[in-house]
Amino acid sequence: MIPPSFQYHAPSSVDDAISILTQYGDEAKILAGGHSLLPMMKLRFAEPEHLVDINNIDSLKGIREENGMIVIGAMTSESALIASALLQEKCPLLPEAAKLIADPQVRNRGTIGGDIAHGDPGNDHPALMLALDARFTLVGPNGSREVEASDFFLGTFYTALEADEIMTEIRIAPQAANTGASYHKLKRKTGDFATAAAAVVIEMSGDTCQSARISLTNLAATAFRATEAEAVLVGQTISDELIKQAAAKVMEACDPAEDLRGDAEYKTHMGGEMTRRAIKDAIKRAGGN
Amino acid sequence: MSAAEDTLERQDQLQGIGCSRKRKEDPRFIQGKGNYVDDVKLPGMLCGAIVRSPFAHAKIVSINKEKALALPGVHAVITADDLKPLGLHWMPTLAGDTQAVLADEKVAFQQQEVAMVVADDRYIAADGAELVEVEYEVLPALVDPHKAMDDDAPIIRDDLVGKDEAGQGKRTHNNHIFTWDVGDKDATDRAFDNAEVTVREEILNPRVHPSPLETCGCVASFDKINGALTVYITSQAPHIVRTVITLLSGIAESKVRVISPDIGGGFGNKVGVYPGYVVAIVSSIVLGRPVKWIESRIDNISTTAFARDYHGIGELAADKNGVIKALRFSALADHGAFNAHAQPTKWPAGLFSICTGSYDIPVAYARVDGVYTNKAPGGVAYRCSFRVTEAVYLIERMIDVLAQKLDIDKAEIRRRNFIKAEQFPYQSALGWEYDSGNYLPALEKVLEACDYEGLRKEQAEKRAKGELMGIGLCTFTEIVGAGPSKACDVLGVGMFDSCEIRVHPTGSAIARMGTITQGQGHQTTYAQIIASELGLSSDDIQIEEGDTDTAPYGLGTYGSRSTPVGGAATAMAARTIRAKAQKIAAHLLEVSPDDVEWDVDRFQVKGNPDAVKTMKEVAWAAYNNVPEGMEMGLETVNYYDPPNFTYPFGIYLCVVDIDRHTGETSIRRFYALDDCGNRINPMIIEGQIHGGLNEAFAVAMGQLISFDEDGNLQGNSLMDYFIPTFVETPHWETDYTVTPSPHHPLGAKGVAESPHVGGIPCFSNAVIDAFAHKGVTHVNMPHTAFNVWKTIHQLGLDN
Repeated sequence: MIPPSFQYHAPSSVDDAISILTQYGDEAKILAGGHSLLPMMKLRFAEPEHLVDINNIDSLKGIREENGMIVIGAMTSESALIASALLQEKCPLLPEAAKLIADPQVRNRGTIGGDIAHGDPGNDHPALMLALDARFTLVGPNGSREVEASDFFLGTFYTALEADEIMTEIRIAPQAANTGASYHKLKRKTGDFATAAAAVVIEMSGDTCQSARISLTNLAATAFRATEAEAVLVGQTISDELIKQAAAKVMEACDPAEDLRGDAEYKTHMGGEMTRRAIKDAIKRAGGN
Repeated sequence: MSAAEDTLERQDQLQGIGCSRKRKEDPRFIQGKGNYVDDVKLPGMLCGAIVRSPFAHAKIVSINKEKALALPGVHAVITADDLKPLGLHWMPTLAGDTQAVLADEKVAFQQQEVAMVVADDRYIAADGAELVEVEYEVLPALVDPHKAMDDDAPIIRDDLVGKDEAGQGKRTHNNHIFTWDVGDKDATDRAFDNAEVTVREEILNPRVHPSPLETCGCVASFDKINGALTVYITSQAPHIVRTVITLLSGIAESKVRVISPDIGGGFGNKVGVYPGYVVAIVSSIVLGRPVKWIESRIDNISTTAFARDYHGIGELAADKNGVIKALRFSALADHGAFNAHAQPTKWPAGLFSICTGSYDIPVAYARVDGVYTNKAPGGVAYRCSFRVTEAVYLIERMIDVLAQKLDIDKAEIRRRNFIKAEQFPYQSALGWEYDSGNYLPALEKVLEACDYEGLRKEQAEKRAKGELMGIGLCTFTEIVGAGPSKACDVLGVGMFDSCEIRVHPTGSAIARMGTITQGQGHQTTYAQIIASELGLSSDDIQIEEGDTDTAPYGLGTYGSRSTPVGGAATAMAARTIRAKAQKIAAHLLEVSPDDVEWDVDRFQVKGNPDAVKTMKEVAWAAYNNVPEGMEMGLETVNYYDPPNFTYPFGIYLCVVDIDRHTGETSIRRFYALDDCGNRINPMIIEGQIHGGLNEAFAVAMGQLISFDEDGNLQGNSLMDYFIPTFVETPHWETDYTVTPSPHHPLGAKGVAESPHVGGIPCFSNAVIDAFAHKGVTHVNMPHTAFNVWKTIHQLGLDN
């Protein structure tokens, strides 16, 4: 449980960090909260020769509103998400879900950007970003670009982020009127990844669903949106039967890997169950029944 | 103040037996000021890292050390070939088997020790271990113990081929270790043949790991000038370790010093001698420098001393009223690649024969067969007396199975079978003499406290609505405090324990013990015993353990033996001192010793309350004014060989609610009544009950060491291996009755393992009870959400 030796860099600006990444290419890894990278290094599964610690870059931290959008610095900690009055008011799904991530120690150091950029389907933010229709700002040697969450997650530990790029910001639209959101996560114990989890954002008009976004954690090679399940709900009067049908569509879309949390059958059923619970909560919060 | 009030006040001031005195250990632990083995840093100390096998079963074709030795800072790379000239490439186990210290020509479990790299620090050692090149030829792995004795099973132990015994009796197959049986088989078979009702169930106690907070480790320091060896080690039995070191190394026992500093939990994981210790010691002797070896968490879970892995079959014969007529239990015990279980040497299945439990069963037969598989060696007692958890689990599950078969309430069937108070001392069918017990009133107390009738009514209502609620009972009896030396020894050393007390001239005292605390609060509890026996304030009594140069020889702390054996030695030593003090007091008071009597903290001339000498005054006199012909000083040592084990019991009740969609369980209530005889420190007892229940909860609901078909260990970190935090841990309610042990000088019994032993079946009984109305009689642990859901889903209860 001791990593091989590596060189440690602690740049204080994004530009400095990018120039280090550019210089060392594949030999360098960004260190954010470190909860995924450091265990992999201790097990010698990952052996980067250069570790680029971006915790000293203040511009990557903080939550603000800008041009009607919520902007979250990629190095903002989970604890800061939970404590944010702005998020509690305008994007309550995020602080609520962040409380379900790991434990307080991890949340004090773990960052939203690190959670997203690692590309682990077991992390919670990827599904949340899909449900919230987030956009990511990626900065590299040739400037910055924006990528939608739906285009970002390409495979397990594989994202649209290039080796010489840093995710700097996450942009999310404030929650619209008549909209409710919920995240249900089944885990074995405190600190564990999800056995299955579902994020749901629903806009209601009376008893009719106007729009729905449903996304799943740890139920396939990446976090994914269950668009067929969403289609079951949109434009329909919500009933228990309809929710059951949507959950069934989610189960059809699940392709989980067996591990000690459960086999594929169990995880698939739990994907359906978490979806059912999240839809019900989201509808209630949207003012529906 | 009246005389009675004065007596009470003087008693209170002593903080003796019965006082919930705060633990003396806590100030240093909660301030992070403990001193654990990894805190030991000696000048010139080197660090060892072990090269481990990636395969469960493989021949070693070659080991190339060159690259590792070329790394700056690496001092040595040690393999079996290096240990061979010293005869130390294999070592004896406590179970009469031998174990490879470093793999000799083959590996027989994943993560087995293949080589140790010794370097300037642990970072270089880890890099060096990575550079040792080992070529393997992979062999088929044997994982399922049920296939161990198949004709075509891979042979695990080539070194034993052709030998018809492996240290514990005859064996019948290359992978067979022993057969152990007890009881009257023929009479039991006849009782089954003639029974009105019989039940049978296959019941697994899965492989788990004690997983103490602090992993295993040592610092070995050989002094070449004096030829003396000092070993700092996280051991529950430092004196035995010293003897083993002497037997292995040939260094005189007087030149071997073993020091167990603060220990971060043991739970049976720290009883044995591990390869890392042996190689660290050899390295220190060869290199002439101190060598430290500390396990990582993965090393600990993967290699050192697992527990359980008992594949049991339980059978009960009864009449139609549920009165048990006979018991027949057997188990296939998976001991891994080497038989390194930690039991008293003559007991290959430990004290499994306590499996008749709290019930008056006229005839019984039990048999255990041990087998080798390609898994880590062990089979230790994880927070229990030897194999008592396995035994209690079987009987407490089987009595529920019988109740369900006969449709008798699970409390009522226990009432009908309990050993009655007037039957004690009770001779069990499998050979034990239970010292004392009073089960029925304790059961009624718990049922009333929990409104058992009301719970059953609520359960019936919930079942009608399709909801899942279970009520679990466990009414267990343990056997702890090994033990009478006529029955128990470790490598020939009788299982006594010891206490040496020295009272200083100004009336404070130091006591040194053969036991060793790992969190049990010995420094607090033993001082209370001495305080009550000698009338000195417990705050003025120092307790020392763990240094074999200063402490009297003892067998250590495991199997709940500290209070039954060490505590008895303490009381006996104190009484010897008090007897001498009485003579001195009489001398000072100028009366005959028969004319003085003891009064809390002083001797008083009978009938004359004003003529007194306090123990403090006597202590002073012991160093300047003793009766003619008496030696000066006030000290003694007692080696206590208990006449019997102690038999604590408990009545536990658990209420569980189950989410029928996810399989998640929620422990709504857990009520634990324990009877450990007379109670020395009730607060420490309660703390130990809480801890033991937590570990029972962990085992029943989540812990599992599992392997894939190639023998790869799955889940060897705390990501997967379940250690409940306060978030998962239920609320515990505790209660007690007091049935003193008739043979213990203080009437006390062991207690800290009861909650683990009794808790595990109670959780299982609750979970299985939730499905009893659907005909479910047994489901194996652990009751994870996934496993519980499988039962729900099979029964179609999630629709």
